[in-house]
Amino acid sequence: MAGSPRLRSAVLSAVLLAGLILVWHLATLPAAGSQAVDPEYAKLLGAAAAQGQKSAFPTPAEVGAVLWRHLSNPFYVRGTNDMGIGVQMLHSIGRVMSGYLLAALVAIPLGFLIGMSPLLYRALDPFIQVLKPISPLAWMPLALYTIKDSAVSAIFVIFICSIWPMLLNTAFGVASVRREWLNVARTLEVGPLRTAYAVILPAAAPTIMTGMRISIGIAWLVIVAAEMLVGGTGIGYFVWNEWNNLSIPSIVTAILLIGLVGMALDLALARLAKLVTYAE
Amino acid sequence: MATFDDPFDPARRLTRAGCSCGRHASEAEHDAALALDGEARLARVVEGAVMRALFPHDATRRAFLRTVGASTALAAVAAALPLGFAAEALAQGGPLEKKDLKVGFIPITCATPIIMAQPMGFYAKHGLNVDVVRTAGWAVIRDKTLNKEYDAAHMLSPMPLAISLGAGSSPIPYTMPAVENINGQAITLSVKHKDKRDPKQWKGFKLAVPFDYSMHNYLLRYFLAEHGIDPDTDVQIRAVPPPEMVANLRADNLDGFLAPDPVNQRAVYDGVGFIHTLSKSIWDGHPCCAFAASKEFVTSMPNTYGALLKAIIDATAYAHAPENRKQIAEAIAGQNYLNQPVTVVEQVLTGTFADGLGNVVKEPNRIDFDPFPWQSFAVWIMTQMKRWGQVKGDIDYRKVAEEVFLATDAARLMEENGLTPPERTYKPFSIMGKEFDPAKPDEYLAGFAIRRV
Repeated sequence: MAGSPRLRSAVLSAVLLAGLILVWHLATLPAAGSQAVDPEYAKLLGAAAAQGQKSAFPTPAEVGAVLWRHLSNPFYVRGTNDMGIGVQMLHSIGRVMSGYLLAALVAIPLGFLIGMSPLLYRALDPFIQVLKPISPLAWMPLALYTIKDSAVSAIFVIFICSIWPMLLNTAFGVASVRREWLNVARTLEVGPLRTAYAVILPAAAPTIMTGMRISIGIAWLVIVAAEMLVGGTGIGYFVWNEWNNLSIPSIVTAILLIGLVGMALDLALARLAKLVTYAE
Repeated sequence: MATFDDPFDPARRLTRAGCSCGRHASEAEHDAALALDGEARLARVVEGAVMRALFPHDATRRAFLRTVGASTALAAVAAALPLGFAAEALAQGGPLEKKDLKVGFIPITCATPIIMAQPMGFYAKHGLNVDVVRTAGWAVIRDKTLNKEYDAAHMLSPMPLAISLGAGSSPIPYTMPAVENINGQAITLSVKHKDKRDPKQWKGFKLAVPFDYSMHNYLLRYFLAEHGIDPDTDVQIRAVPPPEMVANLRADNLDGFLAPDPVNQRAVYDGVGFIHTLSKSIWDGHPCCAFAASKEFVTSMPNTYGALLKAIIDATAYAHAPENRKQIAEAIAGQNYLNQPVTVVEQVLTGTFADGLGNVVKEPNRIDFDPFPWQSFAVWIMTQMKRWGQVKGDIDYRKVAEEVFLATDAARLMEENGLTPPERTYKPFSIMGKEFDPAKPDEYLAGFAIRRV
């Protein structure tokens, strides 16, 4: 097959997708009804149960229809508990951004401090190592109980889960700035603040950006779990709510959109990271 | 004179009348008196009482009014006796301290009165603008109410008791002024257990209840223990949020559950379970969910609390009538409230339902709505908390029951809404044939073979 490698990989992706959908379609073909049920009784049941079966996983066509329904009107608000998927997504993105930016505001200066002082680094290391692997779900009851506000609790959970990669990467990036550059700065009698700003920051920027990129991924992972717990608004709450209604097509829709938004966030930070990289 | 007549009308006789009820001058006035809204009606009652006291002879009152005119008389009497104040004190319906309220609910049919009061205008009727907010689980609803994000909430009736006793959370004075529903729960088993109808065959089952402090937990434990199954050692009982129950039953993670509707009916609708026992046949008339508010809300905003409770009791009375159930099912099944297929909600509320075994069952009392918070319910719940070791030590049953289950408030408002509240607040009842006497909780507790105390 002729064509650029880019085109070929795109064709391969499309073939894989088509194959996946075909397998899905074949796997979810409805089996023939085995049991005849009284029509009056059948009226009270769902389509699958009326044929004496359990309700099955939805077919690609069903999911497609639901996806279209959600996407054709994403921004409606019909009441406190009934909002379009776009509105929910915006709520989630808002929460992630506020928690994430707060984390960045704390993590980057603190990371600088830790990176420049080996003493602080060693003193704080045990705390960081213990706090880092804690799941958002474990933080949530504590946050709700102490902060006493569910909206702030959700943001706090994003904050506490996305702070660690940024903190560690900043510290690592700052600590590993090349000695010679710092020595040159010192020889030229550059003040410590200016050194931090003009030498260390640009030198450590790629590592910091990597930390920020890992963090946004974590923040986006955490938001779904956090919103499933606190409820109210957001894409996590949407998933919980559709689970409540056992609407698998809506959940598949949400999963797709969560993936797409997560990818977009990651790409945005990758672009930013490219801006600050330098060749030595 | 009829209760709601204007006593400042000289043409009005306070004693004789000529309408269909025999208490008005004409049929038109009879209708007009009935058309007065609640507060005006109360004001009339007070004014009438005062005028009757001032003028024991009707002829004197009428002569006085004719001479000085109604408005002068009203001003004169009002100067001496603050009529408005008296009326207000009776209604306790002065200016609302807060009009925009948030009430949390869990999407189950138990919450019917709280939910339907919004789309069907019961809150608006009492001057409130209430936002009903669907909430993810019992622990969250508890925390959000304790945080004051919600002004009041839908809770399981044991929860206000547990919160007040400090079981499962720090003790905070909590009140439960109204029960929402009675009955309306069921034991549902997976379709693969169709032939295991006898509870004695259930050893090793994994069963679920919605929350540890729930009627579901106590009823399931009671039911199992009465059949000789120890709920702590012979089976596993887990707390699983209602939305996850059907999914878990489908995945064979659970063998069954005692759950609120529409979960049971939903399991049938999706062909994964069958309804084994309605909670009605374990204890007919048991309370389930409740309308709860912190004591602080009740005391700091008495008028708002009164209006909110009135709206809920009003809605409960409406839901009690079987002919309204279909309409309610349509109002609350939508995306904004329960988010379930209408037919599922309708089957629960009307009591004509598919049982998952191929039968259409007609059980009009499958769920019913009765606001009265019997204090004996609270005593029974506390005996079970003690029975299963959730609460240690001695409980002053009556004191806690009376502080949490606000029967007198409910009774007063039920009367205002034209319902007849019971005269007592304790009543004995029987559960699976075993009598419960609220006066002797400790003897009752000692009568069980399977218990943890």
